[in-house]
Amino acid sequence: MVTHLKRLLLTSILVLGTAVPAAQAKVESNDPIKVTLHDWTGQLISARIMGEVLKKAGYNVDYVQADYLAQFAGLKTGDLHLAMEIWATTGQEALDEGVKSGKVENLGETGMMAIEEWWYPAYMKEKCPGLPDWKAFNACAKEFATPETAPKGRYLGGPVTWGGFDEERVKALGLDYEVVHAGTDAALFAELQSAYDRKAPIVLWIYAPHWAPIKFKGEWVKFPAYEPACYTDPKWGSNPDLAYDCGKPRGPIWKAGWSGLKDKWPGAYSAIKSFKIDNDEMGALVSRVDLDGEKVEAVVDDWLAKNEARWKGWLPK
Amino acid sequence: MTIDALEARRPPASRSAASALLWPAVLAATAILSLAPGSFLPDWAVRLPAGWKLPIAGYISVFMAWLVDQASFGLFTFRELTRGVAWLLDWPLGLAKAMLVSGFAIGQGSQAVPIAPPLPWYAVFMLGVALGWRLGGRPLALLVAGGLAYLLIFGQWASAMTTLASVLVAAPLGAAGGLLLGILCYRSPRFERALSPLLDLAQTVPVFAYLVPILFLFGFGPVSAMIATILYALPPMVRVAVVAFRAVPEEIVVLGRMTGCTRHQFTWKMLVPSARAGLMVGVNQVIMLTLNMVIIASMIGAGGLGYDVLTALRRLDIGRGLEAGLAITVLAILLDRLAQAMARQSERGRVHRKEGAGRLTGRRFWLLVLALAAALWAAAFLAPPLAVFPAEWQLSTASYWEAMVRWINVNFFDALDAFKSFVLLNLLVPVRRFMLGLPWLWVVVVVMLAGWRLGGLRLTVRVALATLFIALVGLWEPAMLTLYLCGVSVLVAAAIGIPIGIACATHRRLWKVVEIVIDTLQTLPSFVYLIPIVMLFRVGDFTAMIAIVLYAVAPAIRYTAHGVQGTAPELIEAGIANGCTRGQLLSRIRLPLAAPQILLGLNQTIMLALSMLVITALVGTRDLGQEVYIALTKADVGRGIVAGLCVAAIAIIADRLIGAGAQRLKNRLGLA
Repeated sequence: MVTHLKRLLLTSILVLGTAVPAAQAKVESNDPIKVTLHDWTGQLISARIMGEVLKKAGYNVDYVQADYLAQFAGLKTGDLHLAMEIWATTGQEALDEGVKSGKVENLGETGMMAIEEWWYPAYMKEKCPGLPDWKAFNACAKEFATPETAPKGRYLGGPVTWGGFDEERVKALGLDYEVVHAGTDAALFAELQSAYDRKAPIVLWIYAPHWAPIKFKGEWVKFPAYEPACYTDPKWGSNPDLAYDCGKPRGPIWKAGWSGLKDKWPGAYSAIKSFKIDNDEMGALVSRVDLDGEKVEAVVDDWLAKNEARWKGWLPK
Repeated sequence: MTIDALEARRPPASRSAASALLWPAVLAATAILSLAPGSFLPDWAVRLPAGWKLPIAGYISVFMAWLVDQASFGLFTFRELTRGVAWLLDWPLGLAKAMLVSGFAIGQGSQAVPIAPPLPWYAVFMLGVALGWRLGGRPLALLVAGGLAYLLIFGQWASAMTTLASVLVAAPLGAAGGLLLGILCYRSPRFERALSPLLDLAQTVPVFAYLVPILFLFGFGPVSAMIATILYALPPMVRVAVVAFRAVPEEIVVLGRMTGCTRHQFTWKMLVPSARAGLMVGVNQVIMLTLNMVIIASMIGAGGLGYDVLTALRRLDIGRGLEAGLAITVLAILLDRLAQAMARQSERGRVHRKEGAGRLTGRRFWLLVLALAAALWAAAFLAPPLAVFPAEWQLSTASYWEAMVRWINVNFFDALDAFKSFVLLNLLVPVRRFMLGLPWLWVVVVVMLAGWRLGGLRLTVRVALATLFIALVGLWEPAMLTLYLCGVSVLVAAAIGIPIGIACATHRRLWKVVEIVIDTLQTLPSFVYLIPIVMLFRVGDFTAMIAIVLYAVAPAIRYTAHGVQGTAPELIEAGIANGCTRGQLLSRIRLPLAAPQILLGLNQTIMLALSMLVITALVGTRDLGQEVYIALTKADVGRGIVAGLCVAAIAIIADRLIGAGAQRLKNRLGLA
């Protein structure tokens, strides 16, 4: 409201007699809904799809560039209003903390599932024929070793902040591997790119939906499938003494918003809650941007044109 | 290590037998303890018992929650106050943005209706070149034109203007705030003593540590980014201002008193104008540090070039990231050179300038330029397509950079990897193991001994308290990892930087080249070169070390060059007269006399190395930087601040010990 007034003042000093146009449609408030943009393509697409749909419904939308985790400070105070992708795998703690404070609301699943698991490029299958079964890994530990980790293999894990229990997994499954943490996912994929160009051995933590498993040919390692009991009950699985003797859980990607969203823009709130898109659809959109070099805006406009009936269904009648 | 090095430089004759034995004894004890820590000391002296740890992080979290949610001055809450400040600061920022980027509009968000365009690129270009010409003649005008042309041709213009808008607001505010605090410090030594530790903290606590509370208090967006930037960029201005005021000749101060100036008149009519040249050095620092913060500011909604760098690197688009990063460097260099030119002009004085201005006097020149800018702006208003730099004139070298990194990667990886493994296995891993094995109590004792030998009782107490703080908050291990990584990196930086600095001092042309390289290294966001380094060396301590060395080597070079160059010519002549060879001149005269200056450079190197910690956390180190980063991701305010304070503690210990050492050295050499 303050900035609104201020802009008005500022501009009316400079130019006289310009009329403020009437709002395009009946919406609850003309204040802009601030949607956050992060630094990965999938999120840019989902945020823009939602933002453009809201604009078409007559809402005032503002895109704000914000850090994935720092944005929670803004969501809590109501400076920011909507974050379209909070991954259960990386943002759950921050989201839970926000929801517990009563100032952030979990707006439900986006329909996308975050997959994360150990992954290797396809050319490794020649060097280690037993893959993708996890049991093949120990025989090939030497193939995956580097001077610092030898004779153990080297597994490149995600940033420490992602958690993931890889040290525990290695121990419980008796893998001859050392877990090395990348600090950011940019570093993670930089290593993958570098190894892929040289056809060098690498096994690392990859997540989807992401451009990497589309751009690079490879496979997920097949661990015993995750069940909640595996993480809590040592007796579960192949190792009777230790928990974590299974793969990683998959989790939904949530939408999250400022808890005042519901009362200030009820129509937008229900549209946001209805937003749904799945992994395959998103993967295709992401690869158009990251691999074919199209612009995010163009891809989103195209999607909106082709799926009009679908997004119109999200809007309140 | 630095202390040992310092001790080694002392002429042996001045030591008494007992103190000569002190450091060898300490060294021997350290060796014994690190080989067999368990056998000599009780357990509690080796690893701090869990029960001794102070829950300071918890207290800080509670306090911050209270400050943000409940603190009140009766009429209004603390948060309303800070939000008011943010609202005020948003005005100049909004104006600058409207002028350069978005244009003026009614309404906001997607419903904003544009009423006037921003200044078109050719108007900004013209203004920049005119300013350059006015301040620095044709060379500076050409430099400005070249820099702005880079921004245009490589498609960085729009983002660069966003960044420029926030720098144009943040830098003057930082400079003015620093100036005012500097005046207060000059007037009241007590105020200075109270402010000094706060300045230390503002410079050394990583921004990530207090980012979350700032976001709560000032709101999420460009204003918070600006406030964080000002907090970071202001301390050097205060320091430089105080030094500049102290350097004002006594005669001027006395004259002020004799002519019956009021305090206000004295400050603004005599003190500040006479110190102007010195103050401009501070302004320059503010500009450089402001541009250093561009990346972090973009994470909290400032947008601009920083955001482009982050997004490009996230896609592993190294070329694009480099181009956007270089645009930041270009902005930094242009603003820096303009400020330097302004400083030079103010040194020459106003009267002089008026006489030498030639055909156009100052006021008329600017009237003409501004009228022209207004006309160009009006042209953009009437014909909007003109304001857009044609896309077909733009180019990008992104694909070449990418091809180059890939080529190096495919062809030289094995050689690079062998080198890395060698350094890692023979230097990094042993040092790391040694540092982690040291009993904490022993480290406290050694630090105290160093404090006592170099500066006496007061220094001993200070450094002891700082070390104990690190131990008692339970961050000993990350702190030792920090010390190991930064220590090795600083040694490597010194081993590279000091010889280069010496070479630069005697070869002017080499210095010209080196200066450009280190300016670039200091302003290019480190993230830009971090990712290619990861591709060539994988994640880990070695990569972190290279990144730290690249960033921190600059002051080692700069101060050494400055110090060696500054040797009094009489002494050199005396050396030549005595038949010194070139090598002897260097080792017997130039280097010993430059030693205090070199030590200060080392001190700055350490500070910069510590400030890189948060960045190296991004390639997987496990030190205090990572601790700060983890705290940020878990929204744990207290934990982040405590880890940040530990970084500050290390910085302050190093700073005080080296400062005391440099002072002693100066006294002995008769320089002080």
